Amino acid sequence: MSETATAGRRLVELNVNGMSHVGLAEPRTLLSDFLRHDLELTGTHVGCEQGVCGACTVLVDGEPVRSCLTFAVQMEGARIETVEALSADGALHPIQEAFRNTHGLQCGFCTPGFLLTAKALLEENPSPSEAEIREHLSGNVCRCTGYQGIVDAVLEAAANGKDQADEPR
Amino acid sequence: MKPAPFAYYAPETAAEAVSLLQEHAVDGKVIAGGQSLVPMMNMRLARPTALIDVGRVAELAGIAVEGGVAIGAAAKQARVLREDAVAERLPLLVAALRHVGHPANRARGTIGGSIAHADPAAELPAVAIALGAELVAVGPDGTRTIPADEFFLTYYTTALGPDELLVEVRFPDPGGSRAWGFREVARRHGDFAMAGVAVTASCGAGGTVESARVVLFGIADAPQRAAAAEQRMVGASPADPALAAEVAAAATAGVEFASDPYVSAAYREDAVAALVERAVQESAKTMEEA
Ligand code: FES
Ligand code: FES
Repeated sequence: MSETATAGRRLVELNVNGMSHVGLAEPRTLLSDFLRHDLELTGTHVGCEQGVCGACTVLVDGEPVRSCLTFAVQMEGARIETVEALSADGALHPIQEAFRNTHGLQCGFCTPGFLLTAKALLEENPSPSEAEIREHLSGNVCRCTGYQGIVDAVLEAAANGKDQADEPR
Repeated sequence: MKPAPFAYYAPETAAEAVSLLQEHAVDGKVIAGGQSLVPMMNMRLARPTALIDVGRVAELAGIAVEGGVAIGAAAKQARVLREDAVAERLPLLVAALRHVGHPANRARGTIGGSIAHADPAAELPAVAIALGAELVAVGPDGTRTIPADEFFLTYYTTALGPDELLVEVRFPDPGGSRAWGFREVARRHGDFAMAGVAVTASCGAGGTVESARVVLFGIADAPQRAAAAEQRMVGASPADPALAAEVAAAATAGVEFASDPYVSAAYREDAVAALVERAVQESAKTMEEA
């Protein structure tokens, strides 16, 4: 591979939301742009494009990653999850439900990044404290809500998740 | 903005990475997690013509714990944070890692990347000095080992040659009675420090400090040891309630604090004094627990 490296376009195959997608990308194509422009998955938002706002956060192998700081070519073989996967079956994901209930969004620009960052947190720690939630979300900026609704949403999603786990099946 | 074009190389062995780096020593760059490099490329403050991605080099991502701890330069910060064996031996490293960026940065960011990037406000360079780490580099003339004390030269500049690759960070066996403290002040948790300090001390049988390191960061062009503060700790007992304030007073002596548009030198000096005091108090506590 290394002898043939160029700055030109090449075929890139990415696993996004459980499906294999093939597209043409230059090495300099950011994952955020590849998702939005080539795969037309525009749920991933781009705010600052310099790693500060967290709007572009996606999950890579289950961990939150800023797609504006990642080149698409680096992601071959990785498992990528975008906000589109959350409601793939048409129903809102429990975390999305909680955001709606608690007014965890206003304009919604930051929301995809918050949802995925919160999902990663709840998978690792199903009942985080408010302080843990705030620390985990500290890399995501919201210009509308003042964050309280977002923190409440994650607390509610955690509580609902626990109820479900307690229910007899 | 978008980065300028570059050729992309994804070697699978360290040897291949080193030879690519030699080929592109003039305007090539090594990329690991990219959490510092890609923002600079997006803003076109950096325009490397070739990127050598070490993210697929498995031998650079290892973590070996025996006596000391050897961490491959490309080991991800988030992964190191999850290693219980590292937390047990190097609680200072773990405490500092929690301040390195946000979870999304640590998922991609690497131990070696932060050290080789040498941002003067970064936590890991100061921790490497405080723990007496050694940095292993591979270049055209083979492998050499550089003490962390001699590694960080000035803003974003290290002792690494343009054709040398950082491959491993070696933390020596911390030994039995090792005290530590870590404090920083940042605008928001996870942001770069406006000032910070890492303290380590090893204590003898009588509970007095035999050697100490007080490393300041986010204060000037590179992390810096506060020699007078270290001397004040030697021979003292960390449990002495008067010690922290005295070490703090000594820590700012002879240090030239930098001013920037956001943080004045005077603020940094005040902050360092307060942070050192708290870090020394914390080290007394870790001593008791040990
Ligand atoms: S768009 Fe990626 S962090 Fe802001
Ligand atoms: S809802 Fe508008 S930025 Fe967060």
